[in-house]
Amino acid sequence: MKENKKNLGSAKNGTNHWWHQRVTAVALTFLCIWFIISLTVLTGATYQDAYNWLKHPLVTGLSILVVAFTIYHLSLGLQVIVEDYIHTEITKIITLMLINFSCLLIGLTCCLSILFVFFGGN
Amino acid sequence: MVEFTLPKNSKIKKGKKHQSKDLGKKNKSFKVYRWNPDDKKNPQLDTFDINLENCGPMVLDALIKIKNEIDPTLTFRRSCREGVCGSCAMNIDGTNTLACTKSIEDIKGEVSVFPLPHMHVVKDLVIDMKKLYEQYASIKPWLQSNSSDPSRERSQSKKERSKLDGLWECILCACCSTSCPSYWWNPDRYLGPAVLLQAYRWIADSRDEKTGERLDNLEDPFRLYRCHTIMNCTSACPKGLNPAKAIAETKKLMHERR
Repeated sequence: MKENKKNLGSAKNGTNHWWHQRVTAVALTFLCIWFIISLTVLTGATYQDAYNWLKHPLVTGLSILVVAFTIYHLSLGLQVIVEDYIHTEITKIITLMLINFSCLLIGLTCCLSILFVFFGGN
Repeated sequence: MVEFTLPKNSKIKKGKKHQSKDLGKKNKSFKVYRWNPDDKKNPQLDTFDINLENCGPMVLDALIKIKNEIDPTLTFRRSCREGVCGSCAMNIDGTNTLACTKSIEDIKGEVSVFPLPHMHVVKDLVIDMKKLYEQYASIKPWLQSNSSDPSRERSQSKKERSKLDGLWECILCACCSTSCPSYWWNPDRYLGPAVLLQAYRWIADSRDEKTGERLDNLEDPFRLYRCHTIMNCTSACPKGLNPAKAIAETKKLMHERR
């Protein structure tokens, strides 16, 4: 199995994966600073205050970016860990599928919740 | 899954204690990994007490003294005894390095000597380098060109030549690759820092005309991108080279040509 892989040649990819991981990391550095400062400022605020804060278009946009970049960065990172340590092909594929579906589900749920507030839900 | 613990037959047992006949005031203990494929026993850690007054300054001198005066069956590779051949690479005092350039005086207390980590052991301190050499051959470590042969040498400017500094000095001792956790977990698919530094040595060579093909051959989630910038390679290199930088330069070129 492993010997065969050696003979299959180079996969001719990996650069995008590596680059996207770096770009999301840089973006998240700034986004996380903004997010943590915002949460600190909102400490002790009422539900309505927080609700109004999240409803602002810029805050909605930035929050969606925080979620999207975090989830994307998470799935890229977990993929690397799985590829590093799990060598049985079938286990690897199933684990990666579970990770990707879970990330997608968590990301979608978060983004839809943010949008729900933006469009006036309670 | 990756194996995190040693298999039963690889667990290290307590070994024999040897003393040289000339023990004096300046003695030092060497704990040396021993394994013989013929006796079907587990590996063991033998202790050798020797007198440093009658021994050269380097760990290799001590190993040669042990082999000559105490136990002639102690097996290790050595040749140049001045850090240019790369034969005596081993794990000394917890770090991969060359026994011939590692001073005994720099080590406090007992000196532990093991084969390079995570490689198949042939006997005692000798590891099997076959896979590493195959990987080295896979990057075609020679000058390749498309143009017809020039009538004289292929010349380089001083600036072009300077790009090879820090690369050509590599002696392929494998201290870096065997210190890399990524190489431990995926030695069959990841090329490892030693081979990737050699690959970049030809990519950076202004006379080589197959840079694109060389990059094609490396562009792979495992061959190149298993490097997670852990930097053990750079801290291990006994020649003071920087394989992590060579790998980073290769990744930069990969991005540049997208």
